[in-house]
Amino acid sequence: MKALAARRHHRAAPVVLLLLALLVTGGVYAVLAPSPAQAETASTADIETGKKLFQANCATCHGPNAEGTAEAPSLVGVGAAAVDFQVSTGRMPMQMNGPQAMAKPPQMDEEQTAALAAYVASLGAGPAIPTDEQVDPALGDPAHGMALFRTNCSMCHNAVGAGGALSEGKWAPPLTDVSPRNIYQAMLTGPQSMPVFNDANITPEDKRDIIAFLDEQRDGSAGGISLGSLGPVSEGLWAWVVGLGLLIAGAVWIGAKSS
Amino acid sequence: MSTTTTDTKRPAAAAPKTAAGKAADYLDQRTSVGVAVKEFARKIFPDHWSFMLGEFALYSFVVLLISGVFLALFFQPSMALVYYEGENPASMHGELMSIAFASTLDLSFEVRGGLLMRQIHHWAALVFMASIVTHMMRVFFTGAFRKPRELNWLVGMLLMILGLLAGFSGYSLPDDVLSGNGLRITDGVVKSIPIIGSYMSYFIFGGEFPGEHIIARLFTVHILLVPALILALIGLHLFLMVLHKHTQFPGGGRTDKNVVGYPLFPVYAAKMGGNFFLTFGVLALMGATMSINNVWNYGPYDPSPVGAGAQPDWYMLFLEGSLRLMPGQTEYVIAGYTLSLNVLIPAVIIPGLLFTFLFVYPFVEAKVTGDTREHHVLDRPRNVPVRTGLGVAFLTAFIILAVAGSNDLVATHFQMSLNAITWALRILFFVGPVIAFWITKRICLGLQRKDRELVLHGHESGRIVRFANGEYIEVHTPLDDQERWLRVNYDAYKPLEIAPATDARGVKRKGYKADKRWQRLSKFFFEDRVEPVTPSELAAAHSHGEHDSLGSVHEQHDALPAGASSTEQER
Repeated sequence: MKALAARRHHRAAPVVLLLLALLVTGGVYAVLAPSPAQAETASTADIETGKKLFQANCATCHGPNAEGTAEAPSLVGVGAAAVDFQVSTGRMPMQMNGPQAMAKPPQMDEEQTAALAAYVASLGAGPAIPTDEQVDPALGDPAHGMALFRTNCSMCHNAVGAGGALSEGKWAPPLTDVSPRNIYQAMLTGPQSMPVFNDANITPEDKRDIIAFLDEQRDGSAGGISLGSLGPVSEGLWAWVVGLGLLIAGAVWIGAKSS
Repeated sequence: MSTTTTDTKRPAAAAPKTAAGKAADYLDQRTSVGVAVKEFARKIFPDHWSFMLGEFALYSFVVLLISGVFLALFFQPSMALVYYEGENPASMHGELMSIAFASTLDLSFEVRGGLLMRQIHHWAALVFMASIVTHMMRVFFTGAFRKPRELNWLVGMLLMILGLLAGFSGYSLPDDVLSGNGLRITDGVVKSIPIIGSYMSYFIFGGEFPGEHIIARLFTVHILLVPALILALIGLHLFLMVLHKHTQFPGGGRTDKNVVGYPLFPVYAAKMGGNFFLTFGVLALMGATMSINNVWNYGPYDPSPVGAGAQPDWYMLFLEGSLRLMPGQTEYVIAGYTLSLNVLIPAVIIPGLLFTFLFVYPFVEAKVTGDTREHHVLDRPRNVPVRTGLGVAFLTAFIILAVAGSNDLVATHFQMSLNAITWALRILFFVGPVIAFWITKRICLGLQRKDRELVLHGHESGRIVRFANGEYIEVHTPLDDQERWLRVNYDAYKPLEIAPATDARGVKRKGYKADKRWQRLSKFFFEDRVEPVTPSELAAAHSHGEHDSLGSVHEQHDALPAGASSTEQER
């Protein structure tokens, strides 16, 4: 230590200290800072593949450089999350025109989806694909998730996410089979008629709570067959079909059993 | 012949020997209950499955009482707020909610058998209303509401309305978001009534909605007031049924002066017992396997959220549909006061009209037939085409409203536009019942003509016979007596004939205009009719002109075009 103490008045000491401070600050920042929009460093090769896929499958509507046309919006700045949501659920490339794009078996495999996402993300900063930890239902609080779902989501998606109708043939799809990653992405990017719930509105932890609540619904209903969780209409229908059906069949049988 | 005196007095009944016999005798000597037992045991019930529909309502009500008592032991009708301590379901843990909601969760998840009982109770309520409605359909379409049973029809109508009230009040008790939405609609409907509306709402809720009293009030209505009234009216309903004797379907030997069937004891006691267990079994099966009204899905009531697919139970769906169909622009502000026709018409006036139709129909029909006789033999629906048509039109309107109440589910499940469905149903609500009436009436008249044809000419046998002169005829098999009775034994009423407008001295008669109106209505009912075959028509149809002389062949064929045309001339 003596040697170090002796040199503290050295001419170069301030410069060395400044460099050390910058290094530490930079290092701490690199460790603690929120991951940038493009979390996984996309290779130029991915972006190149993505661009080719885009031009073959998407450019007709979204324009050759994703700048948008009269038919479809610009994709500059929508981020990788939007692309991953739309393509991995099969909504894009769109199968047919209609009130809204329908989910179908995905047309692109995972690699192609990743390449497309990388390409679109390279056009402008946007929301990134969430990490597995961000969407893990086991880490969320379903009770808090339900309170959030009730006030933000249930008016379109039904109380437990069984889906619901919107105007003019549009609809809020059922969330029963949607993957946690896609649920997160939908909240983040607001696809089609859905509003955007950004991180200031519903924090990433809140989003995970919502996912935990929806995941809890998949365990089934405590009371038996859930009847689609559609509420009193399906209950009434089954009361007539099963209840009255069995009773009348029984009555015909008892009535026919003549003494 | 020697004269003998016979003692017509029966030997005194031997003293009972068995324990049961002794007990019965003890009771009888003190209460004369034997008279009532004898009366009931010998009551005759005709055989038909549709006569059991009312029993289903009765037995579901018994199930409702039993399961309801169980639920009342654990449910706490309080709107005070608590944090839910229970672990199940996870989505409710630590939530702020009313004690009513918390005790509903508690009785569903912590009380042994509680969820089963809740589900049985709710399914029984749905089936109770459904069997009431099917029972009403049977009574309406077969004309079982005619004299002397008009009053019992009214009692039944009151029972149905009380059933609606029981269902509605019970549905709201758990204080969840869904039923709270229903209460909010009720509040809106009450407030739409001109002048007294807002006072009524404050009166019902004890202040501004939702207040702190409504659950406790509904609890009293649900477990005390309505069940007591229903029980009393069921007693009256059954008493009148016993008093009037049971109706029976038409058939040989069945008249307005007898009842053909089996006595209550032992045959119908066994059948009714079996029916009770059937109802209980079906309801228990449904309660055990099919979830219903999972209130934890909706969460504790809070006036702000509304979930997609928020609907009432099926028997209230017509009201929901009526509200959904009504265009919203019909709200007027007159001198600072709001007149909400957009709520008043669909939620008060339309249900009012529908119920009024059911209440007055028996009396209107009695008036337009001018018939004051008692009727114990039921009508076949085809033989009263206008009544059947009106009934089907009523059901069509009811079903269209119920579909409108579920228009969002129709939209998602059939991938249609919600707006298009709503517009289609708005039009159908007016057009559909008219079309349904017209089609039903035509079908009825067609079936009656088919009956006439059958009675006059018999069944087609498929046998073709050629006469010596080369003429071909098809041999028809005549109907047996039972078949014929069924088809000819009905009333074909004619439109009312009224006294002329002026009397013999040319003075205007009082009440002529009213008579004229009734006559117009009577014409609507009975202008188009198919008369039953008369004996002379039948005889004419069975005579075959020159073929009568053909002897043996005559035995085998009963119909010829010549015979048929002579019938037409006789008419």
